[in-house]
Amino acid sequence: MIRLIDVYKEYDNGTKALKGVSVRIDDGEFVFLVGPSGSGKSTLIKLITAEIAPTEGRVMVNGFNLNSITPRQVPHMRRTLGVIFQDFRLIEKKTVYENLAFAMRAIGASNRELRRRIPYVLQLVGLEQKGDRYPGEISGGEQQRVAIARALVNNPSMIIADEPTGNLDPQRSLEIMMLLERINELGTTVLVVTHEKNLVNRFAKRVVAIENGRIISDETGGYYNVEKI
Amino acid sequence: MSRRFDAGYYISEGFHSIFTHGFMSFAAVCMIVACLLIMGSFTLLAVNLDNTLGDLENENEMLVYIESSLSEEEARALQPTLSQVENVAQLTFVTREAALKDFKAKHENNAALMDDLPDDTLRHRYRVHVVDIERMAETQAALEAVEGVGEGNVRAAIDIADGFVLVRNIATGVAMVLVGILLVISLFIIANTIKLATFYRREEIAIMKMCGATDGFIEWPFVVEGMILGLSGALIAFLAQWGLYQMVAKLAIQGNGLSLVNMLSYSSMAATILAVFCAVGAVIGVGGSLLAIRKFLQV
Repeated sequence: MIRLIDVYKEYDNGTKALKGVSVRIDDGEFVFLVGPSGSGKSTLIKLITAEIAPTEGRVMVNGFNLNSITPRQVPHMRRTLGVIFQDFRLIEKKTVYENLAFAMRAIGASNRELRRRIPYVLQLVGLEQKGDRYPGEISGGEQQRVAIARALVNNPSMIIADEPTGNLDPQRSLEIMMLLERINELGTTVLVVTHEKNLVNRFAKRVVAIENGRIISDETGGYYNVEKI
Repeated sequence: MSRRFDAGYYISEGFHSIFTHGFMSFAAVCMIVACLLIMGSFTLLAVNLDNTLGDLENENEMLVYIESSLSEEEARALQPTLSQVENVAQLTFVTREAALKDFKAKHENNAALMDDLPDDTLRHRYRVHVVDIERMAETQAALEAVEGVGEGNVRAAIDIADGFVLVRNIATGVAMVLVGILLVISLFIIANTIKLATFYRREEIAIMKMCGATDGFIEWPFVVEGMILGLSGALIAFLAQWGLYQMVAKLAIQGNGLSLVNMLSYSSMAATILAVFCAVGAVIGVGGSLLAIRKFLQV
């Protein structure tokens, strides 16, 4: 569960990125976070992943109070999250399997755990035949599937996808979104940051719209809400 | 999944990184070798100077001449008083007859001149070895103050001793300063070398951080990498130092007609040198790695 209560964020250069944001995302939800560039979406994600701290207000993520979290606790909090980026951020010198193994190694998984978990996750994202390929040898859509698999491999309770379809064509974008929907149906909370209205409209999920550092709407089935931006 | 210390993984990642960034690793090892060689050469120079000075200290003796009016028994009776003088390590009594015999033996080419010298030409004397060569002057004064010796009756090569002490102090001081400076320079060079490798891998570090890796987990492969580079450099420097030392020792022996310089054998110091090189190499390698990675962990 994510809970932000009256959160403000002002950067050192004086930019006020968030101005009193309050939002709650419960376990099992699928939420789109939409808004124009510079609206505060990235700041919100960075707050949730504990890359930055709020200037004011409270941030709770999966049982961790990020206002009082210690540096030692941050890795443990992050293990409850799976993060997906627009540019995939795969390690080019590692195969698909190794990219997933790398993420599992990062939290101290054993070889046995790797052998058990990775094939299952690759199957879930439809890449069971591509484990030995390098990122440069597969398509953009497949690379994003690998990124999703990597986010899923440590079995997080929440997936945060930051513009996951920004580099993909409409068909691949739809496939990725359907995959995220399926993951959500399996019980993982999903928060998707996106600009793509068509996709948002098609899935009719909860849509939180942010503009100029403030939440301007928060409703389910959000076609018209996005139109307001 | 339980968090555990996976030494095998850290070691394999450390080795993998060395070969992935081959040129950087090569540059780092070369820098470590160069720094250790320079540091080692200065240290060995200081050690040998110190050793030579030690030999000279052992050989350097003072001659305490006893007043000519004293008989042999009276001169011998001074021994307890003289041996109580501070800094006196050893006393040997030499009768005037024995001294004359030595004198004649040294000048046997001019035997004709020595033939009719009376037995009391020379005085009874003591050969005195000191504990600390640096305190020769005060020891000389203290011996002269003893009744039966008198001022101006103690001969000591104070200028030579002072000269060696000065040379040793300067050499040791210069070597220590240079070694210190080189150590710091090496640390920063290695840090920068590894920083370049780390910069290349910052994306991997960011991904690991986002997956929930602890700083320790990220640091360990870099520590292993730094350790391997440091120890490799130390081993190569140890062997190169050996060759260099043997070469210098050979030259020193060839040009050392007076046998003033007595160089220690490398093999007698090998274990210490290897241990020191390994320790310094490991400190430089690991310290440089940790210094380099710190910046990238702030995510």
